[in-house]
Amino acid sequence: MQKTLEVSIWRGGSEGRYEVFSVPKRDNQTVLDIVTWIQRNADPTLSYRFACRVGVCGSCAMTVNGKPRWTCRTHVSKVIGDGKLEIAPLANLPVVKDLTTDMSRFFEKWQEAKGHFVPSKTRADPIEQISPESTERRAANEAIECINCGVCFAACDSVRWNDDYFGPAALNRAWTLVNDVRDAGNKERLKAVAAKGGCHNCHSHQSCEQLCPQALNPTASIAGLKRRTMQAYIRGEL
Amino acid sequence: MNVRLYVLQRATAALMVPLIAIHLVTILYAIGGGLSAKEVLARTQGSLGWGLFYGLFVLAASVHAAIGVRSVLAEWSPMRGRSLDIFMWVFGAVLMVLGLRAVVAVVM
Repeated sequence: MQKTLEVSIWRGGSEGRYEVFSVPKRDNQTVLDIVTWIQRNADPTLSYRFACRVGVCGSCAMTVNGKPRWTCRTHVSKVIGDGKLEIAPLANLPVVKDLTTDMSRFFEKWQEAKGHFVPSKTRADPIEQISPESTERRAANEAIECINCGVCFAACDSVRWNDDYFGPAALNRAWTLVNDVRDAGNKERLKAVAAKGGCHNCHSHQSCEQLCPQALNPTASIAGLKRRTMQAYIRGEL
Repeated sequence: MNVRLYVLQRATAALMVPLIAIHLVTILYAIGGGLSAKEVLARTQGSLGWGLFYGLFVLAASVHAAIGVRSVLAEWSPMRGRSLDIFMWVFGAVLMVLGLRAVVAVVM
């Protein structure tokens, strides 16, 4: 059995190149294990981002054999295919160095889509009772487990073609808030997601749904926003 | 793309579904029956019904296509902002004029 893996790693900024490393093969090895091994044993100047290593923080997403993945929970054996392993930074974001991207744009889009909670009560008010069975809560629950990893943003064709587009994660977050009965920001939020860069730029290619490590369906959330903004537009509220 | 363009494009698409079906069936029927251009014109000239049918079709198609082409250019060309909107209006207007001229030619 082959004892090592030949791994191509992106080096440099947007004008970089791939560098090949020979990495010892292990059972149950993740892509993040590979990158960490290279940095600790072959080249300490390799830059990459990670924190929790267990699929919670959303820091370690990279392009693995052409597809965006959370590397800490991606086993090499699942993605190696024809024996080739190529690791690059996430697409659709500027490269800082090697496997590290500048995610400012990704998070700025969350603000533009009004993806932040707007309180409707003060701390003096009693805690609002929310039925977990209500339609709104169930819709929000479906979309709430996003870890902000940027995989959907990197996978999205519409993000690649359209600089203004907010992207799946920001719109998915907006959809959870549209369904949060405690939130008071929906008028402004619906206006934001109905304007330039908003939900109507989605082509429903569903790459976000296909690759989301949390098995969320941002395309469905965006379809929900399309319905909600269309109703608001017809009623003259936008 | 924003909600106004989205609603207009979907609404015109919904409107065109029955219009396209009637248009295609009529063409197949007319060709199958061996009607000549002269015989077709004899049926359409002076017909308010066909005038309204194809007039509506041209309006819907012009709006629908202009918004669609705007979206394609926004994603696949360097055009941005106002130039996109200007192109959309001009393209839609050209389609509408050409289409309505054709309707007038077969109905009047």
